[in-house]
Amino acid sequence: MSLKREIGFLLNGVETRATVPVDMSALAMLRDVLGLTGTKYACGEGECGACTVLVDGVSVCSCLQFAVDCEGRTVSTIEGVSREPLGAKLEQAFVDCGAVQCGFCTPGMVMQAKHFLEAHPHPTRDEIKRGIEGNLCRCTGYVKIVDAIEAASRGDR
Amino acid sequence: MRGSGGSTPAARALPGVHAVLTAADVPYQRPLGVGKDQLPLKGDKVRSLRDEIAAVAADTEEIAEAALKLIEVDYEDLPPLTDPADALKPGAPVIHGEKLPAPAPHDALKPGEPGDAEAHRHNVAMTFDYAQGDVAVGEAESDVVVDDWFRLHYVTHCCMGVSGVIAEFDRSGNLTLHSNTQVPFLHKREFAEILGMDPGRIRIIQPPIGGGFGSKLDIYPFEPICVFLAKATGRPVKLVFSREEEFIASPTRQPVLLRLRSGAKKDGTLTFRVCETLHDNGAYTSWGATTPFVMMQTISSLYRVPHCKYHTTAVYTNNPYAGSFRGYGNLQATFAVEQQIDELAEKLGIDPLEMRLKNAQDPGEVTPQGMHFKTCGLKECLTTAAEVSQFREKHRAALDARRVPSRYKRGVGMASMLHVGGGAKIYPSDGCGTILKIDDFAHVTLMTGASEIGQGSETVLAQLVCEELGIPMDAVTVVNNDTDITPWDVGVHASRTTFIGGNSAIGAARKAKAKILAAAAKATGVPDAELELRSGHIVRTANGEALTSLAKLLRSLHFSDKAELVMTTHYYEPPSKHQDKSFKGDVSAAYAWATQVVEVEVDTETGVVRLVKVTGAHDVGRVLNRLGIEGQIEGGIVMGQGYAITEDLIVENGVVRNPGFRDYKLVTAPEIPEMDVRFIETMDGEGPQGAKGVGEAPAICIAAATANAICNATGVRIRELPFTPEKVYRALHRAGAAASAAGD
Repeated sequence: MSLKREIGFLLNGVETRATVPVDMSALAMLRDVLGLTGTKYACGEGECGACTVLVDGVSVCSCLQFAVDCEGRTVSTIEGVSREPLGAKLEQAFVDCGAVQCGFCTPGMVMQAKHFLEAHPHPTRDEIKRGIEGNLCRCTGYVKIVDAIEAASRGDR
Repeated sequence: MRGSGGSTPAARALPGVHAVLTAADVPYQRPLGVGKDQLPLKGDKVRSLRDEIAAVAADTEEIAEAALKLIEVDYEDLPPLTDPADALKPGAPVIHGEKLPAPAPHDALKPGEPGDAEAHRHNVAMTFDYAQGDVAVGEAESDVVVDDWFRLHYVTHCCMGVSGVIAEFDRSGNLTLHSNTQVPFLHKREFAEILGMDPGRIRIIQPPIGGGFGSKLDIYPFEPICVFLAKATGRPVKLVFSREEEFIASPTRQPVLLRLRSGAKKDGTLTFRVCETLHDNGAYTSWGATTPFVMMQTISSLYRVPHCKYHTTAVYTNNPYAGSFRGYGNLQATFAVEQQIDELAEKLGIDPLEMRLKNAQDPGEVTPQGMHFKTCGLKECLTTAAEVSQFREKHRAALDARRVPSRYKRGVGMASMLHVGGGAKIYPSDGCGTILKIDDFAHVTLMTGASEIGQGSETVLAQLVCEELGIPMDAVTVVNNDTDITPWDVGVHASRTTFIGGNSAIGAARKAKAKILAAAAKATGVPDAELELRSGHIVRTANGEALTSLAKLLRSLHFSDKAELVMTTHYYEPPSKHQDKSFKGDVSAAYAWATQVVEVEVDTETGVVRLVKVTGAHDVGRVLNRLGIEGQIEGGIVMGQGYAITEDLIVENGVVRNPGFRDYKLVTAPEIPEMDVRFIETMDGEGPQGAKGVGEAPAICIAAATANAICNATGVRIRELPFTPEKVYRALHRAGAAASAAGD
């Protein structure tokens, strides 16, 4: 029905091509076209952070970005996060610290934490809380998530 | 609204549309839900904004949306009834009263006393009455009496994962549902009733779900509607809510208007409580209407009260309907009870902690409602929370500081809670089944009826089995998501999974252990009483000598002449009792306790209340998994904080005005208080390794303790939630104006 375009971009280190409607969100492309369902839909209006991915290293709500705007860019999702040392460290820290309950906010939290720690390698707890302010979690009360990001920043195992 | 349903030819004709259904297309549909007072697809009368009148299945969401726009509906507006008090007035519009198709025959799986057709003509959905002692005697003995109204608002679960279902029939007519339910086995049965199917042909698979918190305890219309579409199209159909739909069409916490009158003697002894509530049921009856089950327990038994009377009327309105939500009425009841404890203490000049200790129960007590507190850590919860938070010092300091003018006021407040901690015998069985098998390599598959909704049951159940069988955690696979495989369980509710599912898993593991040790005794010649399982080996208890590996023993058992596998089953039914008709009985196998102290800072110029610190002392029986239980409690505290301060589902004239996270404010990371959680381990004799349930407990006290803290800080008591800046500001200024008027 709607106009489609073929785009190419680097997805988790892999050259990827996809044909997408011009009005499709990056989130819908990742989940429905490319089958990467690790990135979650929870609000569709950029309020909850569950769909956070990194585009050219910057965290964005993939529900608010058009898929076609991924053209020529580098996109990182939770599926590829452990390929890099900081991502792997964060994943392990989330497990070790009990930062996951239902797990639905976790992919977005991990991506946001990665973006945040790249910019602030030695944050205080208050800075971490501000760093994940845009990501909602209904299960954990955030404490263990902050613990995990802090542990990853210290390089704890 | 009354009208003619929908006209659908244009929608049906749209390419890519596979089915368009209205009530007329599914004459076989039967009433659903707790009250059996609604059909999945509504016909000529709709009662609330969320009502479903037509459904479309199409190749894409886009086409389905386009088809929806082509459906013509013709409804005439009727005056909405949105104030529960108005619903009871003579001459009020009647929300129900038409005859629905008879529900399928049912053997009383659902509790409560639904109003009969006559009651429905007066908008009464349900009533509850409970009494103990004689409140007139209690009142006569009282030196002080307080009597207040409390108003509890709408909030909603906001599970990060939205509601959804996939329905598919196979060629033999068997139905598979991928559902994010919390109660798969009850749903299997109820789906069969609504659809007129054989329950044996329904399989429910639960994918990992994005939180539950009680919201997935009932069946909602979208689920059978998805099945109708699957039936009509002969194809799998997926239906997933948008966040906006989740806000509009998933349940809320029960809003309550509550009047509490309670009294005490000069020495602080509580004498009586009289509680009356008006529950706004919304347009239909779901679990929210039955929250009095829990509320009356708090009214009758949170602290010792000899005389008590409780009444609830749940009325129909045209508002959204309320379901179950973590705490199940207890946040509402505790909000009132714990504020009045402070009020009575203040009138009597008794310290709030002393007042509570004076009336706190001891282990072994049986309350007049019949609850037997075999373990009870209430006094330890009170003293621990008070000591750790320096409650007394801070409470006194805040009273002294009230006289000093300053913009920011600090204060502390305390509240305790009582909740079921060993299941709740509401259904004919409160049990859980387990099937356990060990393969030739000593890997265990634990098939449990207990569902995982993010609360961590999978980990705890695996852990309990590992500890019984002396194997590492990675040697256990938990299967808990398929009704064709897992044995029956009543579902995730009432903080029951660790307790009930845990005891069931331990029972199956013990049977396996007995079988293994008997075989080991035969193989080694060492009596089984002198053997144990440790680190994947059969070990001589006395000296720790490893006699053989578990895997090797299992293989020798398997590949012997008798050829045996180790496979066991266990069904655990807690030793609790159903309540009698007067709501008396020991309904849970154990009871959980907690005291929380909240420290607030109130900005008297803006009305902003900041939670500075929450100290919690929780009688959890025993800590099984520290990370898991801390996570549950921290999450519960923050959910309680949202209920108390930030969350408010605004319903005007039956319309949800803020169906999105932009306007419905969940607590974010920078706003969380400092938390200090202590565990009181009372080692419950019935609990798995001594543990009691904890899932709901941490959310229950926060609003009540926050109210008490605001009052401690400012001298102003607010009996209405949430404590938004506007509400607090107005309350402070009303009080200020009243004080200066009195001073004039």
